[in-house]
Amino acid sequence: MTVKYNADKRIPHPAKWAVLYRSSTPFWDGVKEKKLMLQRCKQCGTWLNPPRPMCPKCHSTESEWVASSGKGKIYSWVTYNEAPDPAFKTPYAVVLIELEEGPRLVSNLADITPEDIRIGMPVEVTFEDVAEDLTLPKFKKAG
Amino acid sequence: MAKKSIKDKTNRAKSGAKSRKTGHSMAKNSIKNKTAIVGIGVVNFSKNIGRSEWYTASQCIKLAADDAGVNIYDIDGMVKNIDDGPDPSYVQKGLGIDNLTYHSESHWGTSAMMNAVQAIASGAANYCVYYQPAHRASGPEKSISDYRVARETRDDSLDLIRYDFFSPFGLIGQTGYVGMTYQRYMYEFGVKPEQIGWIPVVESESAARNPNAIFFDKPITIKDYLNSRMVVNPMREYDVAPKVDGAIAIIITTTERARDLKHKPVIISSCAFGMAPEGQFHTSYTRDSITELPEMKNMARELFRIAGVSPKDIKAAMLDDTFIPYVPMQLEALGFCGRGEGAAFCEGGDRIRPGGELPINTDGGSFGQGKLDMTRIVEAVRQIRGTSTNQIDNADMILVASGAGGPADGLILRG
Repeated sequence: MTVKYNADKRIPHPAKWAVLYRSSTPFWDGVKEKKLMLQRCKQCGTWLNPPRPMCPKCHSTESEWVASSGKGKIYSWVTYNEAPDPAFKTPYAVVLIELEEGPRLVSNLADITPEDIRIGMPVEVTFEDVAEDLTLPKFKKAG
Repeated sequence: MAKKSIKDKTNRAKSGAKSRKTGHSMAKNSIKNKTAIVGIGVVNFSKNIGRSEWYTASQCIKLAADDAGVNIYDIDGMVKNIDDGPDPSYVQKGLGIDNLTYHSESHWGTSAMMNAVQAIASGAANYCVYYQPAHRASGPEKSISDYRVARETRDDSLDLIRYDFFSPFGLIGQTGYVGMTYQRYMYEFGVKPEQIGWIPVVESESAARNPNAIFFDKPITIKDYLNSRMVVNPMREYDVAPKVDGAIAIIITTTERARDLKHKPVIISSCAFGMAPEGQFHTSYTRDSITELPEMKNMARELFRIAGVSPKDIKAAMLDDTFIPYVPMQLEALGFCGRGEGAAFCEGGDRIRPGGELPINTDGGSFGQGKLDMTRIVEAVRQIRGTSTNQIDNADMILVASGAGGPADGLILRG
């Protein structure tokens, strides 16, 4: 289900808060280029998800950002019937995706209605321009 | 599948464990039975208390001191949760206490209990008060100030992950966070709302008999639960504890001093914290399993080790029911039932009612009274004193657990 946003431009989209956390900048830079970037420890290969300054396994601070295949499965989901923020129009679904590389990400669905959501459903990433200056990574039926 | 995120490890700090690097023993000093709760003070709950938190903080401390038979001027330690109410310097001034030899603020659940216990056991203070004035129903929305602080500080803390990775997709607020875990829990174990719903039903029954539980004059039925508003599917209105205004204080001293005071001492047999890898408040989504509470599990191991008892010795449990789906997960993590069996344990309500195998939240819990974590400690004290509005038989050992979905803390109290 495509998430519907409030057309009122004075209401900032919550993604506009998404420049606060320095460790996440490469992720959002990747999204602008329609890539799903993940942080990985350069020394031992552990996924650092969510992003962080040090690898908790080998304590290396050397990390790299690599593009995910964007393929994964629905791991869990919720549907909002009451808007937690005026930017969103209800109802809309939020999903937790388990990527085939292992890490899990919170996202939305591009083409699946809430009635059709099943845990384990194979999906792949798609990039949606939700506003003039804002692109979000979302997931659609794998095909 | 390629390498997963970091595996949850077992608690290495358990008894007899040694440091992996130095070989030093990591067993901890015991605080077992050294301290006791001697006074409780509860300002009547309301949806709009019409007073400042400073006012109700002073009020509940006075009530607790009177209850204990302790002179307010003898209080020399103060602990509280960071988020709730004025800090000890204000409260000390308001009460006219000359000096505090110990004060500190803790973060989650009822974790300031540990500060109080440590302060008393070590002799840093003689009488320590733990106060929690929280006007959550009428007060300002705390989450809004979170956003403001996050925007202003541009800090690199893990907490900010929610603004970068959850909010852009509309995953906003704790009800949604917990919903994601609950959905998966239902999927993995075939859990039904018809089972979980018995927790609020039983709590509303207890609340109806507790005059300080203002939300339910009469019990709800399982049908009422199932028909309650679906806020964030799968979370219903009755899966979330309501907000309330209230204030609670308790006074802690040594067990030795406690024996000379007004009430039968409620001895703190054990007090413990628990954390686990890859933790993030209500959103530990990157763990191998998101349907258990490893912080609670680690806390329970430490809690039972210190007290030297096992789950079958516990006569009643005051659990964190801020979000109802966490209750069955706590029953599992605390060892009251097996993994995935929590919902079946609650179904029908007979095992968790007063008089059942393991009565829970006999005061109505946060669901019946509104969310104010210290209610769990107060009800445990009342059960041991024999003054609960839903008194159970032989209430000589009560467990308190807080911080479900995040850093956990707990107590075992005994008569």
